[in-house]
Amino acid sequence: MSQENEDIYTRIVRDYLKGKREDQLYLAQQLGKWLLSRNISPEEVTDMHANVLEHLGDVPEFIQDSFQILTEIMIEYGNAYRSFDSWRSRHQQLQAEIAIATAMQQTLLPETLPQYPNVDIGMISIPAKEMSGDFYHFLCESKSEFTVAIADITGKGIPAAMCMSMLRYAMDSLGEMKLAPGNMLRHLNSVVERNIDPCMFVTMQFGRYNTAQHVFRYATAGQEPGFLYRARENRFFDLEGCGTALGIAAGSEYEEREIYLEPGDFLILLTDGVTERKIGRYYIQREELVSLLEEETSASAQEMANHLYRRLLLLSQFELPDDYTMIVLRRT
Amino acid sequence: MTGLHSYNITIYSEADIVTARQIGRNLSKNLGFGTIMQSRIATTISELARNIFLYAGHGNVLIEPLEEGERVGLRIIASDSGPGIEDVRKALEDGYSTSGALGAGLPGVKRMMDEFSLESSPGEGTQVVVIKWR
Repeated sequence: MSQENEDIYTRIVRDYLKGKREDQLYLAQQLGKWLLSRNISPEEVTDMHANVLEHLGDVPEFIQDSFQILTEIMIEYGNAYRSFDSWRSRHQQLQAEIAIATAMQQTLLPETLPQYPNVDIGMISIPAKEMSGDFYHFLCESKSEFTVAIADITGKGIPAAMCMSMLRYAMDSLGEMKLAPGNMLRHLNSVVERNIDPCMFVTMQFGRYNTAQHVFRYATAGQEPGFLYRARENRFFDLEGCGTALGIAAGSEYEEREIYLEPGDFLILLTDGVTERKIGRYYIQREELVSLLEEETSASAQEMANHLYRRLLLLSQFELPDDYTMIVLRRT
Repeated sequence: MTGLHSYNITIYSEADIVTARQIGRNLSKNLGFGTIMQSRIATTISELARNIFLYAGHGNVLIEPLEEGERVGLRIIASDSGPGIEDVRKALEDGYSTSGALGAGLPGVKRMMDEFSLESSPGEGTQVVVIKWR
C-alpha cells in the first residue's frame, strides 16, 4: 500500500469526521473505484483504515484489536477477489478460442449461392450467439441440377458446431454419389446416429432441384416444414414431409416427395428459429408468418429473405433467441 | 542470522491447525513482516494444515525462517502420506474444490505466496512447499 493512497484516505476520513457531508462520501466512493483499479485488496483497505485511525487520535485497544478479526475475514474476500482476476483472464482466453472456432465454422458454410437460369435463390442465416446450430449446404451437381440442405442441430454453441463439421464432411463425401434425397438422409442418419451423443439429433430437409424441368424432389428428417407458394392461386402451402430426425433411430427411412414449380412459384426452407418467434407473450403463428410473406411475394428471393428477417426482428423487439436460417428458391 | 529457529507441528486435529497458525504468525512478526502479511501467512498455514486434516487425516507442517544474503523470508512445508491429489492441475484451478469447503484453497495460497511447489502422487501423499519473502 503506497503512502500516497494512505494520505488521500486519511484526508477523506479527517474531512468527513469534521463535516459529515455527502460530497465527502461521494469522494470516498470515487476513491473506492480508484483503489479497485489499482488492485488494492480488501485486507489492505482494512489495514489502511486501522492505520488512519491511529493518526487521528488515541484508538481504544479493543477497536485496534478488533481489526485483527476484520483482516482475517477480509483475506478470504481478498482471495475471492484475486480469483476473479484469474477467472477473467480465463474467460478472455475462452472468448478468443470461440472466435477462432466461429471463424472455422464459417468455412463449413457456403459463401456463394448456386447460379442457374430461371431460378432465383435467396438466403439468410443469423446465429443467435457466436456459434450457430443451423446448417445449410448447396452443391451444384450438373448444368441443370443442384442440391440444397437445411438443418438444425439440437443445442447451440460448440457441441453443435462440432456436429456440423461432421455433417459437412459426410455430405461432401456422399455428394459424389448423387444419391436420391431419401437415400442421402438414410446415409446421414447412420453417420449421425453412430457418431454423436445420444441426446443430440439433427433435423434436416434435403432436396434436389432440377432447373430444366423445375422439379424439386426432397425428403425430410424431422425438419420444421417450409412453405410452397403457388403464384397462380396466390396461396401458401406447407412444405410437408415425414421422417424422424437424424441420429434418433438406426435404419430410419425417409419418404421422398416431388413438387413441380410453375413460373412465379417459390419454395421457402427454414429452421425453427424463423417460426418459433415470441412476440410479447405469445408465439407467432404460421398464419401470421404467411401474412407477412404475402406482402413479399413480388420481391426477389434475397429481398424476401432479408425483409422477413427484419420484420420478425422488429416484432420480437430485436431479440433473436434461436439461430435463424431461411432459404428461398423461386422459379422466375 | 535471524536467530530464530524452525518449528515442526504435527497435525492431528483442528487444535493443531490453530497452533500452527499461531506459530507462523509469531515467527512472521519476529521476521519483520507487516500485519497483513502476518495474517496472510497465518491463512496460508491454516489452509495447508486444513487440507492435511481433511484429506490425509494427519501430517506435518514445518515452518522455518530463511536467510539468503540480504533477503529474509519464511518457508512452510506441509506434508502428509494421505491419498494424494488425483489431478494437480485441477486442484490449482480456481473454483475447483472437492470438499466444497469455503476459501480459495490452493490457488489462494499460491497467489498469496512468492514461491509455490507441490508434489503429489496418488496413494503416496502430498507435499506443498511455499516461501514468502519479506
